[in-house]
Amino acid sequence: MFTQTPQRLTRRVLSSKLADALTTPHGVDRYVELVRPAFSLRDVRAEVVAVRRATARSVTLALRPNANWQGFRAGQFVRLSTEIDGVRHTRCYSPASSAHVGDLIELTAHAQADGVVSPFLRAGAQPGMVVSLSQAEGDFVLPDERPDQLLLISGGSGITPVMSMLRTLCQEGYRGRIAFLHYARDEHDVAYRRQLAELAAGHANVRLLHGFSRQPGAGELEGRFERAHVHAARIDPARALTFACGPTGLLDAVRTTWAGDALEERLHVEQFTAPAPAQVDPDAHVAGSVRFARSGVEASGTAAPLLDQAEAAGLTPKSGCRMGICHTCTCRKLEGAVRDVRTGEVSTAPDELIQICVNAPVGDVTLDI
Amino acid sequence: MSTTAPQPPQLTPEQLDAFGRELDAIRERVTADLGERDAAYIRRIIKAQRGLEIGGRGLLEFGFLPPAWLAGTAALSLSKILDNMEIGHNVMHGQYDWMNDEAVNGQAFEWDSACPSEQWRHSHNYMHHTHTNILGKDRDIGYGVLRMSEDQKWHPYYLGNPVYAALLALLFQWGVALHDLEVEQLNTGKAKWSDKRGMLKEIWRKGRRQALKDYALFPLLAGPGAPFTLAGNLTANAVRNVWAFMIIFCGHFPEGTHEFTEEECEGETRGEWYYRQLLGSANLTGGELFHIMSGNLSHQIEHHLFPDLPAHRYAELAVEVREICARYGLPYNSGPLHKQFGSVVKKIVKLALPGGGGGDERAPEPIAAAPAAAERELVAA
Repeated sequence: MFTQTPQRLTRRVLSSKLADALTTPHGVDRYVELVRPAFSLRDVRAEVVAVRRATARSVTLALRPNANWQGFRAGQFVRLSTEIDGVRHTRCYSPASSAHVGDLIELTAHAQADGVVSPFLRAGAQPGMVVSLSQAEGDFVLPDERPDQLLLISGGSGITPVMSMLRTLCQEGYRGRIAFLHYARDEHDVAYRRQLAELAAGHANVRLLHGFSRQPGAGELEGRFERAHVHAARIDPARALTFACGPTGLLDAVRTTWAGDALEERLHVEQFTAPAPAQVDPDAHVAGSVRFARSGVEASGTAAPLLDQAEAAGLTPKSGCRMGICHTCTCRKLEGAVRDVRTGEVSTAPDELIQICVNAPVGDVTLDI
Repeated sequence: MSTTAPQPPQLTPEQLDAFGRELDAIRERVTADLGERDAAYIRRIIKAQRGLEIGGRGLLEFGFLPPAWLAGTAALSLSKILDNMEIGHNVMHGQYDWMNDEAVNGQAFEWDSACPSEQWRHSHNYMHHTHTNILGKDRDIGYGVLRMSEDQKWHPYYLGNPVYAALLALLFQWGVALHDLEVEQLNTGKAKWSDKRGMLKEIWRKGRRQALKDYALFPLLAGPGAPFTLAGNLTANAVRNVWAFMIIFCGHFPEGTHEFTEEECEGETRGEWYYRQLLGSANLTGGELFHIMSGNLSHQIEHHLFPDLPAHRYAELAVEVREICARYGLPYNSGPLHKQFGSVVKKIVKLALPGGGGGDERAPEPIAAAPAAAERELVAA
């Protein structure tokens, strides 16, 4: 209480109209962040307080979000931003911790060979590091009224949202039956192997089944997901709610099985979208569609600069020199690859600022216009 | 082309293309190399600016003590200069957009100046940088109040040229704030006051917040010391105004810089665009600190060739640009502040009087004729 009160008072003073007027035009955040990088009056930022590298590919971060964090529901994701070689990158991660732990959240990143952010975190994340977060998003969540039975299925890095569901349910004393099916390469590639084992040992209603694709015989499940695995889990898919998260192959198999029983309504799936391909031939025009997300307009793409295409679609984005000098037309590219018509260089990064007067689409592109 | 300096050598279209390609190559190389070093640089400057600002404003709350007043005013002046030039001007050019960080995003940034950044980006990034030194299009030539080129028709009004220049220097932030209004359009009937209402509202909103902070809130916080704080803030704004005016007027008006006509620049190729940027700009020589305090606009030539490359790299690029210019026999206008500003003052005084002052009227000479390829076609090629 004695430490809370001065903090609240400080926050009230800093968010006052007077503080805003005194720090105009930059605002309070831009000053305070120089000494307290995790502080902000409006943005969610979090300090890394612990780092664990449980497997050869994964890194688990315990984060302490600042006062703007509104919490999450088990299964949701956050957008995490961090700076790598001067450039801010943003990726989605699902907290794996219990939704009932308010002041800390735990994220686990799995480094992919062609990834950017996860390998960076795997190699370099340290306590004290500050990252930016969005509020929690997504509707892959446990219903407030908990079902009788739950089947949680995950593959690889898809373990995190269902891990959060399992921990949340265990913490709140859920009595129903829970089965947790997890698919991985081998037992050393499961970031939460020990935690899962402990939860299963400590809760009689939790049944844990592993399947290892490169380690036959080591898990309770053999081969890829199939209907028999549901029986092995002793779960009735018609009574249970099922949550599945993982790679496309796994999710397709689960979907087909549930569709076969006309139980689609009892199934929730979450797929982590794969990043855009990194290698694109800069000389070839790749046909695709250009989507202007804010205006809700979609057009079939041509090889012309995006500014011309936006105007041809009846939009009037801000523009100036039309030759890449003035940055008046700079806007956010949400997804897709673009080619700089001056240099031929192709950029595939999601969520980046581009000058639309000198960038043409390569395949599908989504702009924040 | 009009100038008080000897005509530069005219290049053939092939030479201009080659010249443009060499500069494009520099741009591409630096763009590919942007990273941690540039991010760390701008963050360091921002940290220094915020530190100077907090320190300066803190000291000025004790402005009744002469040493505190002097140190506070100096620190706040430096803070405002850094904010407007090395940070504001350069960030708003989009030089750090690639960092994807809202704090240094060209379109989101607001600076500690009366001018709303949105309007400045239009008048500066677009109007000035695209149409640099084209009479009738680049409104930075004289800012609509001064006669800065002998090709601007003389009028008895211009007898006051030096007086207007001195006033503009002292009140530069307000001059810049009103710049994008293009009030001269009201005289020619091209626009009505009602067309400008939205912009005026923005200027009023921004200007009021700036004035409230500097001339009311911080002085009032000092209680009985208010007049000292007020005087310190006024001085800091004036110091920044005069400094910015000097640096900016040294960018395009010293002896030897060239102006162009709209006809000359029609259908300009990329090489010709670079050529015009080079001939219309002038550099200032000085030490590292001087370059930082000028927002690296002391490298005006490099800035106009590469307006969206981080300005702290201009010093390195200048070595290459100078070498390229020498090879093509093109002039590279550079000199110390006192010399360059001296020639600007001379020009302001001379052009108060009718004619060019020198009486040596040259007929404009077209840039080497080139295939009339529209710039956009060239860019898209």
